[in-house]
Amino acid sequence: MTETSTSRKPIKASEIDPKFKYELSRMPGGEKLLRCFQCGTCTSDCPVARFSDAYRPRRIIRMAQLGLKERVLNSETLWLCAACFTCTDRCPQGVEVASVIRVLRNLAAEKGIVPQVFKDQAACILDSGYAYKIPELRIKKRVTLGLPPLPTSNPESICKALKGVKFIETTGKEGEKSEQ
Amino acid sequence: MSSKYLIFLGCAIPYRVASYEISARKVLAKLGVELVEMPEFNCCGLPLDPVSHETMLILAARNLALAEQTGLNILTLCPGCAGTLKKVNKILKEDKALREQINGHLKESGLEFKGTVETKHIVQVLTEDVGLEKIKEAVVNPLTMLKVAEHVGCHLLRPRDIIGFDEPEDPQTLKKLIEATGATCLDYVDETECCGAPSVGVSDKVALQLARDKFNHVKAVEAQALITICPFCHIMFDTNELRIERMFSETYGIPVLHYPQLLGLAMGMTPEELAFNELRVDTSKMLQVLKGVN
Repeated sequence: MTETSTSRKPIKASEIDPKFKYELSRMPGGEKLLRCFQCGTCTSDCPVARFSDAYRPRRIIRMAQLGLKERVLNSETLWLCAACFTCTDRCPQGVEVASVIRVLRNLAAEKGIVPQVFKDQAACILDSGYAYKIPELRIKKRVTLGLPPLPTSNPESICKALKGVKFIETTGKEGEKSEQ
Repeated sequence: MSSKYLIFLGCAIPYRVASYEISARKVLAKLGVELVEMPEFNCCGLPLDPVSHETMLILAARNLALAEQTGLNILTLCPGCAGTLKKVNKILKEDKALREQINGHLKESGLEFKGTVETKHIVQVLTEDVGLEKIKEAVVNPLTMLKVAEHVGCHLLRPRDIIGFDEPEDPQTLKKLIEATGATCLDYVDETECCGAPSVGVSDKVALQLARDKFNHVKAVEAQALITICPFCHIMFDTNELRIERMFSETYGIPVLHYPQLLGLAMGMTPEELAFNELRVDTSKMLQVLKGVN
């Protein structure tokens, strides 16, 4: 993943997947991709774009519409979205920008292109049921704090439920279950 | 209105935000909201939505199916958990094919999502079930000397079409809850902006700059505390305030309180009872301001 992968390098016809936008439009969250007319409301209202030189939601949407599949899926800027949903709420075309970005991330993740933090959380959920490895000491400390015991989780049942999910079968098992 | 709820803790709170849970439980008990523990739960699913929407749906549906067995509605302290459980409940109720697919995953564990429970965030329960009038009646120690700023966070408000709570562009609910304690709630620039927490681990630089922006805006109106209702926003501000001050050569000294801590003070509970000792940022100056009136 490189930040420069989204920069303005010339587009070659050979890197365009003309069906990509239709593939995205059929996925839950990507249905309204084609409505985007590039007004830029998403980028101008995006809190992350204010502090990142590379993250521009409008550009991500345009790359998706153009069919620059490999370029957009390999772009590390894809992972900067904070999912605050400001773009989704304010898009005059109702594109659900944050959901389109989520669809793109899901596709990247299935190919194993995913920041370590997500692999670790997936591993933790499969192992303990929770997104973080809650230290034993902290669970015990609940008593002294006057809190009821932490309800149990059932990792075995969770693993059964997630059987057959593509991300879990591939990338999801590569994470570290270390205490963060 | 039912005032008996299953409490869904989520992961962040038992992991590192005990102060929120302690203060929320005390305040809710005193206001007559009965909490029942979930017999079992797992991560709400939200953290894995970016990488696998299907995983998120299954994890959330599993929690909802477990809650359905008790027949009680869910109360969460985390807006991320609330938003996810609400969203998945809505999606799966409306989409039969998807519901059947997800239930297929749960079947082996003897679980089935039916869509019979609702989820509410604590702010919603305090506003809709308890009500501002009852909260005002419970205030014995009005915090009239205190000027604070609110941080609602993203997921209690957006996306508007899914959450359907308050006005996302100019939310009033938390403000009214704060004012019910007697404190003044100040307006400031970009109140509804993200705290930065979701970017931690992907780009800490962007995350810390977002939080710094928030502190600058809150400092500009001279708020004596920042009030949160989300464990992640709270970690982002309380845990990182000193780091941000050092990193950007800023001085804030703004305590970050969970709303139930603020309300608890107004209801006559002590800082010790409300787990102020678990907070990172020094609250002594703010508590001195309050002592001035009492």
